[in-house]
Amino acid sequence: MSSRRLTRLARQEEKYMYLFISPWLIGFILFVGGPIVASLFFSFCNYDVVRPPIWTGLRNYLQLVADPLFWQSLKVTALYSIVSVPLNLMVSLAIAILLNQNVQGLTVFRTIFYMPSVISGVAVSLLWMWIFNPEFGIFNSLLWQVFHIQGPGWIMSEKWVLPAFIIMGLWGIGGGIVIYLAGLQGIPTELYEAAEIDGANPWYRFWRITLPMMSPVIFFNLIMGIISSFQIFTQAYVMTGGGPHYASLFYVLYVYRNAFSYFNMGYASALSWILFLIILGLTLIVFKSSPLWVHYEGTSRGR
Amino acid sequence: MEVRKMGHLASKRRIRLFAAIFVYSSLIAISIVILIPVAWMLSTALKEDSEVFLFPPQWIPRVVCWDNFKRALTFLPFGRYFFNTATITFSTLLGELLSSSVVAYGFARLRGRGRDLLFALVLSTMMVPSQVTMIPTFVIFKLLNWVDTFKPLIIPAFFGSAFFIFLLRQFYMTIPVEIDDAAKIDGCTYFGIYSRIMLPLTKPALATVAIFSFMWHWNDFMTPLIYLNSNEKLTLSIALSRFTGMYGMTAWNLLMCASLVVALPCLLLFFFAQKYFIQGIVVTGLKG
Repeated sequence: MSSRRLTRLARQEEKYMYLFISPWLIGFILFVGGPIVASLFFSFCNYDVVRPPIWTGLRNYLQLVADPLFWQSLKVTALYSIVSVPLNLMVSLAIAILLNQNVQGLTVFRTIFYMPSVISGVAVSLLWMWIFNPEFGIFNSLLWQVFHIQGPGWIMSEKWVLPAFIIMGLWGIGGGIVIYLAGLQGIPTELYEAAEIDGANPWYRFWRITLPMMSPVIFFNLIMGIISSFQIFTQAYVMTGGGPHYASLFYVLYVYRNAFSYFNMGYASALSWILFLIILGLTLIVFKSSPLWVHYEGTSRGR
Repeated sequence: MEVRKMGHLASKRRIRLFAAIFVYSSLIAISIVILIPVAWMLSTALKEDSEVFLFPPQWIPRVVCWDNFKRALTFLPFGRYFFNTATITFSTLLGELLSSSVVAYGFARLRGRGRDLLFALVLSTMMVPSQVTMIPTFVIFKLLNWVDTFKPLIIPAFFGSAFFIFLLRQFYMTIPVEIDDAAKIDGCTYFGIYSRIMLPLTKPALATVAIFSFMWHWNDFMTPLIYLNSNEKLTLSIALSRFTGMYGMTAWNLLMCASLVVALPCLLLFFFAQKYFIQGIVVTGLKG
């Protein structure tokens, strides 16, 4: 009898569970699941929103392979990510390690480092446009006054526009620093004390304690970094519009243009599916490689 | 031997001192590098028109032109855009806070078949780039005739956000289950437990969600860019992006004024609610 009572209670609990999560369930169907299926369908169609979609099979995907701007946007985005993601990871880890040295005024430093991430978006893009201004901006002026180097045209130069975006990205790494700092503060100090007694030098302690203990956090930041760097949009839209001569045509900007400037919704859907597959592929590679370099406490995690 | 030991200690102390000098000077140098752009922004904002285009650039304005702010803000219907942005931001904030906390409670505290699978689905939706769902979502709102209204920007928030559901669930999981059990024995309903026990207990987490939601929607650019067209419905981000070139040649001092004003609410929020910012990052960062 008591077991029947339990199942009745359990059934009621289940009913309430579904009731509570129903906003998400409905939202998932309307704004995620449904759109994913629809987007896949559109990617095989010619579709301009006004007229109904026309099935064209693989044509969008074939067109994409032959589209030089597709390859250009892929190249721009990949180049940016290859430099910017590892660079941001290393710099923010280094700064977090500095901050973790029992520093007085930690909150002040942390506040300063995190501040740029708070004013993201258009305001930051405009600020950096002005900083990178080749004639009147502060960047080239400092280069000249401090190093006597004549700075390049930055966002107006095909060659220097990506480095400019990378420098700008570096300014906003505060979020990563805070995550690393939290990770560093979670490493038991006994580990360092024991190593010090054994005569391990700081370098050795970094490689043998800090890095392995931090690997789950690095893993997290790496995945987040890949996902966000492949989705850069606002900076490119506001600062360069993809120029000069497509040198900063980031992938999402190209997707946006196809969808909302040319209303090639089908082609844009195909492009966004390729983006999804790239991000998924990269994430899977990082995940699959993680047993080789990510160290979890109590290693037999998957037992 | 005693002398050698003391010498060893002294050299160790010297190393410590050098290390401290190195750490502090690096941190101060990095802080300066980070603050330069902000200082440059403020300096430009307060300059006279002619002084903006001086070479080499001057750090301290000859005359401090507070008037620039007035000029920048009256050139566009800034008040209107401020109101639009605030309306959208606070409505989405409310929606996300309400539904994400309800949904998170369901996932954290109530058992039922398929729950873990569905939660895995919540997490995996965070991986899907918004570009994939962007086009069909636009088509839906276009069919509903919602384009060029605030509805496409606000209504989806009332269905919860995967990231906040995840964040709040992590917080709920830290609250002992015994509290729920005791309330249940006292005859409290599930909704009562949620509203009378969980909500008050998770105020810090809700603050974190509110702050991040505010910041994201305030700074959001792509969604309003897609859905809003008519001049009087624009948000600050869009208006700001159109500001360049509108004044004839780019008036960088006015542009920096406008950017500062747009960034100000987020900056103020950050300074007053730092604790929750850090908390939010730490919780989501580590349980990732």
